[in-house]
Formats: sequence, C-alpha cells, structure tokens
Amino acid sequence: MRLLDVEGIVGGYASAEHIVKGVALSADADEVVTIIGPNGAGKSTALKLISGLLSPSQGRVLIGGEDITGQSPQAIAKAGLGFVPQERNVFGSLTVAENLEVSCLFERSAAKKRMEEAYGRFPMLSDKRRVSAKSLSGGQRQILAMAMALMGKPRALLLDEPTAGLSPKAAHELFEYIRSIAKEGIAILMVEQNALESLEVSDRAYVLVDGRNHLDGPAETVANDPDIRRLFLGGRATKPTGVDQQANPPRH
Amino acid sequence: MLTYILFTLVVGSIYALLAQSLMLSWGLAGLVNLGLAGFFAVGAYASAMLTTWEQAPILVGVFAAVLAGGFAGLLVCFSTLRLRDDYLAIVTLGFAEIVRIVASNEVWLTGGTDGISGVPVMIARDTGIWFHLGTLLITVAAVILVYVLQRRLLASPWGRALRAVREDQTVASVAGKSIVRFKAQAFSLAAAIAGLAGALYGHYTSYVAPDQFQPLITIYIFLAVTAGGNARPAGAVLGAYLLVAFLEATRFLAEIAPGVTALQAAALREIAVGIGLVFVLTLRPDGLLPERSQKAPAS
Repeated sequence: MRLLDVEGIVGGYASAEHIVKGVALSADADEVVTIIGPNGAGKSTALKLISGLLSPSQGRVLIGGEDITGQSPQAIAKAGLGFVPQERNVFGSLTVAENLEVSCLFERSAAKKRMEEAYGRFPMLSDKRRVSAKSLSGGQRQILAMAMALMGKPRALLLDEPTAGLSPKAAHELFEYIRSIAKEGIAILMVEQNALESLEVSDRAYVLVDGRNHLDGPAETVANDPDIRRLFLGGRATKPTGVDQQANPPRH
Repeated sequence: MLTYILFTLVVGSIYALLAQSLMLSWGLAGLVNLGLAGFFAVGAYASAMLTTWEQAPILVGVFAAVLAGGFAGLLVCFSTLRLRDDYLAIVTLGFAEIVRIVASNEVWLTGGTDGISGVPVMIARDTGIWFHLGTLLITVAAVILVYVLQRRLLASPWGRALRAVREDQTVASVAGKSIVRFKAQAFSLAAAIAGLAGALYGHYTSYVAPDQFQPLITIYIFLAVTAGGNARPAGAVLGAYLLVAFLEATRFLAEIAPGVTALQAAALREIAVGIGLVFVLTLRPDGLLPERSQKAPAS
C-alpha cells in the first residue's frame, strides 16, 4: 500500500534559491527506501520539505492519499508522518521517559500504552527511562529518537542520516531496528551517507543529484550500478572483481 | 531595626516573585526576557492608577495588574515571534525602556516623573510594625502561591512540553508541539507574575514612579535566578532572597570600610555582587538548586 507519495516538490531555505528542484519519491507499507546522493544534492532538504519544516513552493506531499502539502509540522505529524532529524534529535535535559511522553500526540492514557510498547520494542530504553537523554550514547540517542517518532503512531517514518557518527556495530543494530519497524507496516524513507550498508537493508533506493531525481530502482540494482558505485559508493567500476568484493563487505 | 529587616524581607519577596517570573520565561521556556522591569512597571502602574485615581478596591487593582502584565506579555511575544536569543533580549530590553520613558513623559496618563503618590496600602500604615509584618505575610503568601502554581505547571505535560520547546524547537515541532502557542503562554504567564509583583510593590511603598523601574532590577533578578538555579522554582526564590540579603549586608560592610566615599562604597557593592555570583557559579555551575528532571510517570 502506498503510504507516502511525494510529487515533484521544489523548495529550499530561501524562496529564491531552490535546493530541491523537482523530486518525486514514494514509499509503501513494509518498505525501506533509501535516498543517496552526493553532498548538496538536497537529500536532507527534501526531508524537511516533506515534514513541513520547510514549505515546498511546488509539488504535493501525500500521506496515505491525504494531501498535507504546506501544512505545519504539527499537523503533518498528526497526519501520520514521523520525522527523525539528523543528530540533534532528542531533548537532552529531559529523561528518556519524558522524551517519550512529550512526543506522544495522543491523550495521556494512550501515552502510557505507547510508552510500554516503546520499552518492549527497545528494551535499552526501559533500563534508562529515568536517565536524562544527554547521558545516552550516540546509538542509544538514535534509538530514543526513533522511539519518539514512533510515539505518534506514524504511517510513514522519515530518517535523516540515522547512523551518522555511530560505530559500525551501533549502525548495524540501528539498521536491524529499522527493518523490524518496516515489517509492522510502516513505510520508511531514509537519507544515508552510509550508502553501502543502508542499500543492503533497503528495498528500493533513489539517487538524487543537484536537487533532482537521477535514478531509482530496487536497492540491489542501484548498489550494483557501475556509475553509482564509482560516483557515490567509492567502488571502482573499472575493476569489476573489486566491486563484487565491496558489495558484500565482511562483517566484524 | 526590626522595621528594616521586615522591609528587606518584603523587598526580598517582591524579588522572589520577579525571579519566578524570569524562571518561567527564561529558565523553562528559554526566552531571554530583559523586559522584566517593564512588566513589573506595567503591573505597578495598572494597580496604582485604578486604586488611587479610581478608588477601586486593592484586590481589583491587583487583579487588573496581573491581567495588564499578561496582556503586555502577549503583545511583546507576538511582536517578537520570529526572534530568538539575543534578538529577543534586545527587543524586550527596549520594551522595558519604552514603558519607563512613556511613564516619564506622558504626564496625562501616568503623572510623569512625579509618579503616583498616595497609592493605598494593604495594611493601615498607622498600625506601626503590623503594617510591615502584615504586608510581609501577604507578599510571602503570593510567593508561595506562585511557587505552588509553578511546581504544578512544571510537573504537568504542559511543563514538559515547554522544556522540550526550550531544548529544540525543530524536534518539538515534529513531535507535534505548537511552538508559538507554548512560547506565548509561558511568556504571558511570566509577565502576569511580574505584574503581580509590581502591584504588591506599589501597595507597599504607596508610591509608583518611573525611576523605580530601572533596567538594573532586571539585571539583579537575572543574577538571583542564575545563582539560585534558573529552571527550578525553589532555586529562583532562594536566589532572590539571597540576593537581597547580600545587597543589604554589603551595604553595612561598605559603611564600615575605612577611607571609602559613599560613591566608591556603592561601586564596591556592585563588585561584591559580581564576585559573589562568580563564586557561586564556580562551585555550582547550574546554580544552587539545579534543574531536576520531573519524575517519570508511573509505569
């Protein structure tokens, strides 16, 4: 089922200067979709345009068929779009429990139930519920941020570089959580620098270049596209054998 | 001497109200409000005008002062919606100065620099010591009332959301919180508390004039709240009483310091206040009573 549909959005920080010059994206239920692209391609800006932190000057954003283009971030959150911003994404001086509770979009009674679900899903948070969020490690913070976004019972979840600054082990753990969240029928759209590993856990991928769609398709196809490998993934297209080795990097 | 101590305690209580106002807008909502003296003045004038010129009961005057403070807070808040941090600080400082200068010059409205004298007092003045003691009890009751209110707000979902907004507006907005609404409510409520302080002050000194609302008051309250702990009601109250005690104690010290003129003594006091603050912050960087996380909900 199509849960997130982005049709030709255009926009940026200043009205005159468009960073995103026409991007179309979509994500279905149970699907993990990755956006990759060089620095400055407009990946993070596209997420901000979708979540309402910036308003698109053209194009439409639909959540479960409902047009939410140009609405406030609060309204978009309530319409069923969760957004985990990059890095600074938890309230440092609030405890883990407070972070979760403040992120709930529903009545207090519902908040308790949602919090228990969050603790069940991420047992680490349950152990740390009375600890202030600033004392969490980077990986724990990302998990908390994701749990916060899930408090709103989103239908689609946007993640802006969820593994930025994480150790390979923490990044791997986070990717597994992302997969398991998608399995519950949530559409996940993420921007990642860690392109190789994120393509491995993704179903589909988009490549953005200079604010426009450059390429899209099944994650595996994108990962093996020689041009893409050469441009973004650090692979050497001229030496196919080397490419194959890099497609499945050894896990430590 | 007893009168003097009681007077100091009443002033301390007024400062404690102002400190709680600042704790709410600055400590909890993260809005740097350098216009505190302005809201203080708005409250003092609102109540003084009504009770002195219109002979309204004091209670009505105090109520009007709270409303006037809150309304002024909303006005300032909505005219500065897009401003944060330093810029908000500059505009609020300007607001306080505008209030003071308008009060000095619009004689028809405020009585100008002569101020309003003969403001009715809460306890009859000819009762001697009871005048001070009674007023002290009333102001302390107001401090306690505001303290209890703040504690309840802090523990409520509203207080939690406010701290979230202070921490990160982006994350708070994607978590479905209306930034503008929370900021306006907190700022307006804080201004209303400052208005209450102003009204009580006017009904104690029975005289309200523009020069009572110098920006220095705002700075003193910032010192008090910084030293006491800027995100905890008890910290703000403690800081305010300590500041007044410190200011008064240094007054005596300056008098007995040898070979110092009165002017130099005044300057020495300011220096002592500064050193005192540095000392407190060296030992307790988050103030004497730092912010506590609210208890996580029962689970």
